[in-house]
Parts: sequence; structure tokens; C-alpha cells
Amino acid sequence: MKPSSVRFFLGAVGLTVLAAAANTCSNTYGAGSAEAQWFRSDVYAELAKVPEKDRNRVNPLENDPQGVAAGQILFQDHCSECHGDDAKGARKGPSLRASEVQRATPGTLFWVLTNGVVRRKMPSWSKLPEPQRWQLVRYLKSLGTN
Amino acid sequence: MTCKELRLTRALIIFALAITLFSLFSCPPVAAQENPYFVTYDHNLEEPGNLEVEYFSTFGTQRAGNDFHAFWMEFEYGVNAWWTTEVYLDGQSTFHDSTIFTGVKWENRFRPLKHEHFINPVIYVEFEHKSDGDKTLKEGEGHDVEEDFLAPNSELRKGINNEVELKLILSSNFKGWNFSQNTLAAKNLTNEPWEFGYALAASRPLALKASATRCRFCRQNFIVGAEMYGGLGDRYSFGLKDTSHYLAAVGGWNLPNGWTLRLSPGFGLNDNGHKFLLRWGVSREISGFDQMIRRMFGGKS
Repeated sequence: MKPSSVRFFLGAVGLTVLAAAANTCSNTYGAGSAEAQWFRSDVYAELAKVPEKDRNRVNPLENDPQGVAAGQILFQDHCSECHGDDAKGARKGPSLRASEVQRATPGTLFWVLTNGVVRRKMPSWSKLPEPQRWQLVRYLKSLGTN
Repeated sequence: MTCKELRLTRALIIFALAITLFSLFSCPPVAAQENPYFVTYDHNLEEPGNLEVEYFSTFGTQRAGNDFHAFWMEFEYGVNAWWTTEVYLDGQSTFHDSTIFTGVKWENRFRPLKHEHFINPVIYVEFEHKSDGDKTLKEGEGHDVEEDFLAPNSELRKGINNEVELKLILSSNFKGWNFSQNTLAAKNLTNEPWEFGYALAASRPLALKASATRCRFCRQNFIVGAEMYGGLGDRYSFGLKDTSHYLAAVGGWNLPNGWTLRLSPGFGLNDNGHKFLLRWGVSREISGFDQMIRRMFGGKS
């Protein structure tokens, strides 16, 4: 191991930390802040961009008696970190109890889960198998706007 | 190893351990959903703001020489939904020889397309600073063959390489299956030709629907599959001649508390490769690493 290795390593870590710092400073929004309004309109606007064909897809697990319970566990494992434990929104993600989300069709929510909103830091969840994404949709639709 | 080198190596290891311990105890874990591959990449990037700390090992047999155990640590951070950056620290122990630190790598993966498609491309760029003693076999490349590992560590560690590696990752999720294909081009920054390689993989969870109760041993937590990888020669002699190829079964177990365990027995498909490779790994996904960094710099969490 030569000193140049250490320099390279420290440089790489330094760049990574800088990127992380820039990342956190550039796009975090506290609930109720001035940015939150922009956050709200901009993110929910994505729901309107879903193609017609996908919007009309029917949830194949609509009548699955375990769909909501399974979806709740998936939500806690993968979504609550950004959207809050109660899905009312948190620093990184908007409320999923908002009327825009609750009015959206199951197909619309499935499409957003699958594709993410990559430019707005919502990752694609295509790594979850399709049935699990539909279970998540069941849970989201069960929340209501309370 | 001189005193100075020993000090530097020790400093790097302590630094890595400090990051690992600090992350593990200061950030909450999140459930991971990782594919079980060791060599092949799929198109799924790290979630923004999350850090995944990973440890992997490879035990390899060596004809006409000593078997070895190579190991590496990865720190994988999701900068954005379209950019993941990763730092690696590599080392190896050759039985009846010695243990050496073999290098560092810095890797970046970029997702160029906004939406999910049937085939999803990811661009991979990596810079490696490693010695000839690197035995992690993290990819099949050029004319790499088993004989390259025959020299003792004292000789191997003298050869230092700075290398740039590019990959085109193509990956598809279809009916619960993941199919991934990686094409690799690597250039040693000294006067060496471009070298090429490939990796193919497929995997599937044992169950596609999630269970309605939280469980460790549910079938959806287990992902199994296979991967195949090898070299494709270099710019002057492209093809399969004098290249090594491997086929491996892969299995992963995603635990609800954020840990993932992986295991992969692999076999050389021709006489140029190691006869048997056994790989295993453990990783933990940690949420809120970005917030931790923010707090370190005095920002609000």
C-alpha cells in the first residue's frame, strides 16, 4: 500500500462526503416551510403525467384479504422513512393521505411506485415484485385522507 | 511491509471500522431488498440518503499453489435516485503465505433514463488503485487466468495498477425475475490495451407476494438465482481464447432488520479458471446517512 493509495482513498471519500452534503442541502423540505408548497404542487403533479393505459390498470389483488396488512408491512419497511410512519409526509416525502393521492386510481399509484419520480429523489421500486407493489397500493388506498 | 506502509494500512482499516460502527449505531436500519449477485449489477440503485455497508469474502482454490481468502468492504451511498457512489477496500490472505491489503476502488453508477423500461440501462464508471495481489475476482476481465495468482504475495504486491473500468449494465424485471447483463471495458492507465469482460445473471424471490405478518423465514425474503461471468480478451485478441469463465449459484436472505446475507458457490468452466470459488457476504442498509452528515456539518436534521 503506497501513500498515493491513501491520497486517492481520502480524495474519494472527501468527494463522496461533499456530494452527500450537497445532496442533503439541495432538496430537503421541512413540513410547513415555504418550500413545502412547491414540494406539494410539484410532486403531486407527477400523478397527472401517468399514461392513460397505466392509469386504468386494475389492482389484481383488490379482493385479497391480506393485501392491506401485507402492504402496511411493506410500507413500514420501505416507505415510512421518507413519507412518515403514518404516511402524513415527512422531511423527504409528501403526504400520501393527501386528496391528490387518495383520488388517484390504483393504476396511477402502481405506475408511480414502479417508475419513481427519479428527478425528485423518489426511487423506482421496481425491485419489489409486482404483487408486492399492488399490495402497497392496497394499503395506500386504505389510508383515506384523515 | 515497511513501518510506514503498515501505519497507512492500519489507518485505512481503522477509518473503515470507524465509519461502519458510527453508521451502524447512529442511524436506523431499513429492510433491504437486495439481489443476491456478487459480480453482476442490476439496475436498482441505492435509495437516496441511505448507506449500505457490506462485507464480502471469496475463498478460492488454486492449482499448483496455495488456496486463498480474498475479502472486501463496500460503502454504498445513494446520492440521488439516479446516482449511487461506492468506495471499496480490498485485501486477501493466501494460505501458508501472508495477508495483504490490495487496494481501493471508487465506483459510480448512473441511471440515464427517467422511467422504467423493459430493459433498463445503467452507466458504471470505476477507478481502481490496486496491486497485482488483488484476488477478489469481482469481475472477469481480459485474459485473467488462474496462473496469475501463483506468485507469492511479496511479489504480487509490488505491481501497482491504476485502472479505469466502464460497464454498461442492462437489466430487466419480468414476472418476478430479474435478468441482468453487464458488458465491461477496463483500461490500465499505463500502456496496456483495453480489456473486456461480461457477466450475466438471473434471480427470483421464492415468493412474489409479501406475507401479512412480519417474519424472518417467509419465502419472499429469500432470493435465489445464478450468475455467469468471464473475460473476453483485449483489444488485440478479442474473444474467448485464453480467458476464464465461471458459473455460480447465488442465494440471498433479506432480513427485516436491515441485514442481508448472501452465499454463492461457483465453479470454473474451463482450465484457465479456479476450480472452485465460495463467496459469502453480509450487508446492512442504513437509512438517514445523509441526515447524519448534515448534522455533522451543523445543519438541522
